Amino acid sequence: MKKTAVHKKGMLLPLLLPPAIWLFLFLFLPYLNLFSYSFWKPGPFDVVKEFTLHNYAKFFTATSSGSVPYHVLIDTVELALVVTVFTVILSFPLAYYLNFKVTRFKQTIYMLVIIPLWVSYIVRAYSWKIILGTNGILNSAFIWLGVTDHPLDIFLYSKVSVIIGMVHIYTPFVLMPIYTALEQIPRNLLEASKDLGAGRFQSFLHVVVPLALPGVIAGATFAFVLSMGDFLAPSLLGGPDSSTMIANIVQQQFGTSNNWPYGSAIGIVILVLVLAILELTGRAEKRFSALDTVAMRK
Amino acid sequence: MRQTWNGITLCLALFSAGVLAFIYLPLLVVVVYSFNADSVNSFPMTGVSLKWYRAMMQNQQLIASLKNSVMVALISTGLAMLLGVPGALALDRYDFAGKKIFERIVLLPLILPGILTGVAMLGFFQEMGIKPSMPAVVIGHTTFLIAIVLTQVYARLKRLDRAIEEASADLGASRWQTFWHITLPNISTALIGSALLSFTLSLDEIPVTFFLNGVFNTLPIQIWGMTRNGLTPEVNAISTVVFLASLILIVISTRLREEEKA
Repeated sequence: MKKTAVHKKGMLLPLLLPPAIWLFLFLFLPYLNLFSYSFWKPGPFDVVKEFTLHNYAKFFTATSSGSVPYHVLIDTVELALVVTVFTVILSFPLAYYLNFKVTRFKQTIYMLVIIPLWVSYIVRAYSWKIILGTNGILNSAFIWLGVTDHPLDIFLYSKVSVIIGMVHIYTPFVLMPIYTALEQIPRNLLEASKDLGAGRFQSFLHVVVPLALPGVIAGATFAFVLSMGDFLAPSLLGGPDSSTMIANIVQQQFGTSNNWPYGSAIGIVILVLVLAILELTGRAEKRFSALDTVAMRK
Repeated sequence: MRQTWNGITLCLALFSAGVLAFIYLPLLVVVVYSFNADSVNSFPMTGVSLKWYRAMMQNQQLIASLKNSVMVALISTGLAMLLGVPGALALDRYDFAGKKIFERIVLLPLILPGILTGVAMLGFFQEMGIKPSMPAVVIGHTTFLIAIVLTQVYARLKRLDRAIEEASADLGASRWQTFWHITLPNISTALIGSALLSFTLSLDEIPVTFFLNGVFNTLPIQIWGMTRNGLTPEVNAISTVVFLASLILIVISTRLREEEKA
């Protein structure tokens, strides 16, 4: 059956051109522009349009104070990895429990899984500020309970508070794909595994885990890319010295530092890194999904 | 054997409860403390009051930013539907040169960190002589919402049974009649669902807006500013309102999903 049975080819251009032109103008050209900015020189007021590799060189060489800006990227990747690992550790057991152990209220449970995805980012980031703050709820509860007699300032404005906030914000993005992957596992596969004499742990290891893997990879990719590019949670929860993450450096270059070419160069480095990660995880997902199909056919 | 398994299940249940608490407790804290009588968010609460809601209602800047946000969300969602739905139809019905590339480019603003799209647009608008303003914000939002609408509607179209469209054509309906009476009603849940999702995402967007807004404040940008300038308990009140609004939207969209399944 040809797909064009209902619509003739003549409708293609009127349907495709408006979104294609829009995306060319407002997506493709801006990214192309970002790319060319990264090879231009910063001027006192405006960008000087002369080719240079200085912006990239600056990112990878030490400043007069001895720090290499590139190291912030390494730190950011590390922090994003920590966040990703925690989101998966929190999500997988919950998704598994909701899918296999809870038999009633399926609708309510599905809601529980997706509600946090719709709740405002800023509200969720801010909630940790009032919990972890110096005069926040955690500190005042500790004082009230007599654990300490003065507010501790260890909670907010640290790497740990940024990690806690980000794990909280991005866990729903991991929970959702894992939940969906587990939901789609045919229950008769588990029965077959049991009938063939596999113990529950064996079934879990050889049936559930491989089939959930594409969901885990998809979710982990979300968590990693989103936390790597986040500049809001770090500056809200990481305090005034929030240049701890790479996206904050980009923001500063387009803001107070006013060095757009340098900011663009860092942006392009992030872009290349993210695209490489997406390519890798996309392939891994496909590979494991292919394994699924083989497993299903057998 | 049986015994240990139950032990594992119990641990799993406790762990799951803990994770749910981790996800939901902070939100609950915000809601509860929006009724705090004191201006410091400390434990235990000293009393209950609605004064932060009153303060919120009297905060002109906050109300203005809410109006701005709703306006941006409505216009951007409308534009994204006008551009995204035809795009989804084109992807579903036709093969054309560069289809794969088009599919990838559409998804970029969803996949890439928002800050990259934000600064890329900022630089481009500067070159074009477009000042940071409301139209700039609308263009920014529309561009990433197209991806939402397009992917959601495309996914629904793929599952649509072509036979009913062919039957309609066989029975003498014109292409437009078939589209209007057969295709459109069958994808209506996906249309409403993607519009609701787009509206919500636009209302909540910060990373792109941050670079394009100039003096035009949207609600999340306004809240962002308030959270930076010390702790104003009004933020708890407005956050609670935002939370409730998103709850309503999500219930509607889940109902739609269920209807479609049924």
